[in-house]
Amino acid sequence: MSSTDSRAAIFAAIRANRPNIQPPLPEVPLFDEKAPSDLVTAFSEMLVKMGGKVLDPQGQDPVSALRAAVAGQGIIATCVPELHGDASLQIRQILPEMDPHSLADVEIGVVRAAFGVAETGSLCLTDDGLIVNTSGYLPQHLIVLLDPSQIVANLHNAYRRPELSTHRYAVFQTGPSATADIEGVLIHGAQGVRSLRVLFCPKQG
Amino acid sequence: MPARGPEPQPRGAIIRGNRPIDQQEAARRFMDAPEHLAMHDQRLWDLRKKRDGQKEIIEEWEDLRQLASDIKTHTLTHLDTYLEQFEKNAIANGVRIHWAKDAAEHNSIVAGILRSKNARSLIKSKSMLTEECGFREAMAHEGITVVETDLGERIQQLDNENPSHVVVPAVHKLRTDVAEVFAKTIGSDPNNSDVSYLTEQQREHTRPLILKADAGMTGCNFAVAETGSVVVCTNEGNADLSANTTGLHIVSMGIEKIIPNLNSLAVFVRMLSRSALGSPITQYTSHFRGPRRGAEMHIVIVDNGRTDRLGLEKFWTSLKCIRCGACMNTCPVFRRSGGLSYGATYAGPIGLIIDPTFNRHKYSTLPFSSTMNGSCTNVCPVKINIHEQIADWRQVLAENHEIPAFKKSMMKAAGALLASPKLYRASLPMADSALRHLPRFVLYNRLNTWTRGREMPHVPKETFHQWYKRTRGVDGKKK
Ligand code: SF4
Repeated sequence: MSSTDSRAAIFAAIRANRPNIQPPLPEVPLFDEKAPSDLVTAFSEMLVKMGGKVLDPQGQDPVSALRAAVAGQGIIATCVPELHGDASLQIRQILPEMDPHSLADVEIGVVRAAFGVAETGSLCLTDDGLIVNTSGYLPQHLIVLLDPSQIVANLHNAYRRPELSTHRYAVFQTGPSATADIEGVLIHGAQGVRSLRVLFCPKQG
Repeated sequence: MPARGPEPQPRGAIIRGNRPIDQQEAARRFMDAPEHLAMHDQRLWDLRKKRDGQKEIIEEWEDLRQLASDIKTHTLTHLDTYLEQFEKNAIANGVRIHWAKDAAEHNSIVAGILRSKNARSLIKSKSMLTEECGFREAMAHEGITVVETDLGERIQQLDNENPSHVVVPAVHKLRTDVAEVFAKTIGSDPNNSDVSYLTEQQREHTRPLILKADAGMTGCNFAVAETGSVVVCTNEGNADLSANTTGLHIVSMGIEKIIPNLNSLAVFVRMLSRSALGSPITQYTSHFRGPRRGAEMHIVIVDNGRTDRLGLEKFWTSLKCIRCGACMNTCPVFRRSGGLSYGATYAGPIGLIIDPTFNRHKYSTLPFSSTMNGSCTNVCPVKINIHEQIADWRQVLAENHEIPAFKKSMMKAAGALLASPKLYRASLPMADSALRHLPRFVLYNRLNTWTRGREMPHVPKETFHQWYKRTRGVDGKKK
C-alpha cells in the first residue's frame, strides 16, 4: 500500500467510525484573574523550584554580572550582543551558518529568551534567539537573558504570544535538563544543560 | 554468613504466542521481590501524592479537566477535519507528511526515509507509538542502529526490556539493576550504583553517539492543527537533541494526538506534567513547526488500530488519553505488580482498556487486573471513565467467551451481590468492621489473596444506609 492509499483508507475509516455527535469546541479562558502583580518575583520563585537560578545583577549593571559569571570558565558561546567585543573572554559568536555539532565543546552558552512564563518559571527560546538550535542544550551550562518586562502570567497567555505560531522551533525551557529515571532520584544534566541561570536584563535597542 | 548480593530483578510476564497473558503469575513474582516491590510502590505513590499537591495549587484544576475532556471529544468527533488542516499547514511549513495504516507500514516508511538519506544510525526520544510498532526490532533488520536518548528508555533498551511505564520506563528497576546493566553494556563500574554516577556514565556514553548520528526521531505529545506543529515534552532535553543535532528529523505521530489550536494546547500542557510527575511543566516543552534551514522534517501519521477504536461505542473515549501515567501511579495493582507483568505495550488501567482493542484473545485476562476502586478515573486529566470501561470489557469478553470459568463465577457472585440491594447492604457492615479492626499485617499477609497486590478500599465509618437508618429511622422520617 502506498502512503496515499493509506491516507485515503484512514480518512474513510475515520468517517465511517467517528461517533455521530457534534459537540462544539469549548472556549478556553485565560484563568489569570488572580495573577500575581509582581510577575518577576513569581517567575523567579518557580524557576528556582524547577532547578534554575537567578543571577545576581551585582549593582545595577547586568552585563558586568554576566562577564563575572563567564570569565575564566572556558569556551563561551553567545547569541547576544552584550558580550561581543570583550577581548578578555574566550567568546565564540554563534552564527547561523554554524554546524549544530560545533557547539559540543562549549562550556557556557549565553542566549536570550523571547519571554518568560511566571506560572511555571519557563523561558521561551526560539530558533531566532538561539541562532543555532543546539545552542540551547549542547553547551554544558546555559545563561539566559530575560527582559523583566517580557513575563506573562501563565501558559494560556504564553500561547497567545506570536512566537508559538511564527517560529519553526520554539521551546519552553524550564530549568536545566533533569531526570529522575533511576529510583526517582533527581539529577540535573541528563542530556541537555547541567545548569541554567537567568539574568534579568532589558533588551538593548 | 556469605554477603547477600542485590535482589535480582523480577522479569515481566511470560509471553506465549497468542495465549492469554497470565498477569497474576508475573505479579506474584514481582511481589516476591520485597525490595523491588517496596521501592516501586513507594515511588509511584510518591508521584501520585505530588500530583495531588499540584491539583491543590491550581484552583481551576477541575475546570481544566473538563476543558481537556471536552476539547478531546470535539476533536475526536471531527478528526478528519483537523487531520486535514494539520496536514495542509505542516506541508505549507515545509514538512513532508506520510500516512501509515499499521505498524509495519510505519516502520517501512521510516526505513525508506532513512535509506534515501543513506542514514545508518538514528537517535530517538521516547515514544510509545514506536514501542507499539516494534520499531527498534524492525530497524535492526534493516541494519539501522537506534539509540534511545531518554535515560529510562536507554536503560530498558540496553537490558532488552520494554518500558514498564509510559512516563518512567525503568521505574521497576533498583539502582543495583541499572548498575548491572550498565556494567555489562557500557562498561561502568559494576560495584558503583550511585545514581549520579550512573546518570553521568550514561551521559558520557550517549553523547558521542548523539553527535555521530545520521538522523533523529521523536514522538509527538500533541499535534496542533492550527499551526501544523508537533509538540514534544521531555525533562532531559533529549527530544530537542534528537531533532536538532542531525539534518533529518522524523516524527512518529498517532492520529489521536491532534488538537485544534494553541489555546487548547495550553490546557494540555498545564495538565500533562502535573498529572504525570507532579511538576508544573516538563523541563522542555518543544514546538516543532517546520524543518530548520537546510534540514528535513518528516511526520509519519499512524492509525494502527485507532480508527477501529474510534468506532467502539463504549471504548472510543480511551483515545483521549494523553499518556500521563497518572492512572498507573494511583493503581494499587500496578504499583504492586510492575508494568511488565501486563505483557503489553500499555500497562495499568489505560492498558486494560486499550490492549484488548489490539488483540482480544491475548489480552482477555487483563481487564481483571483491577480492584475497580475508581481511583484511575478520579485522577485522569482528560476524564476517561477508565474503571467503567474496564467493567464493560469484562462484559464484552464474557459475551465473546474470552473469560476463564473461575472468573465468570466470580463475576456472577459479584453480580448477584450487586443486583440484590439487601444482600449488598448486609455484606457491607461486616466488611466494615473487619477492615477497621484487623491490623494491617493481617490484611496484607500472603494468605489473603484478594489483598495481595491490592490496596483495600477506604471504608467509611458508617454506610449511607446505616446513617439513614440512624438519623431518619426505618420509615424515612427524621428522628
Ligand atoms: S488514561 Fe488518563 S490518567 Fe491514564 S495515562 Fe491516559 S490520560 Fe493519563
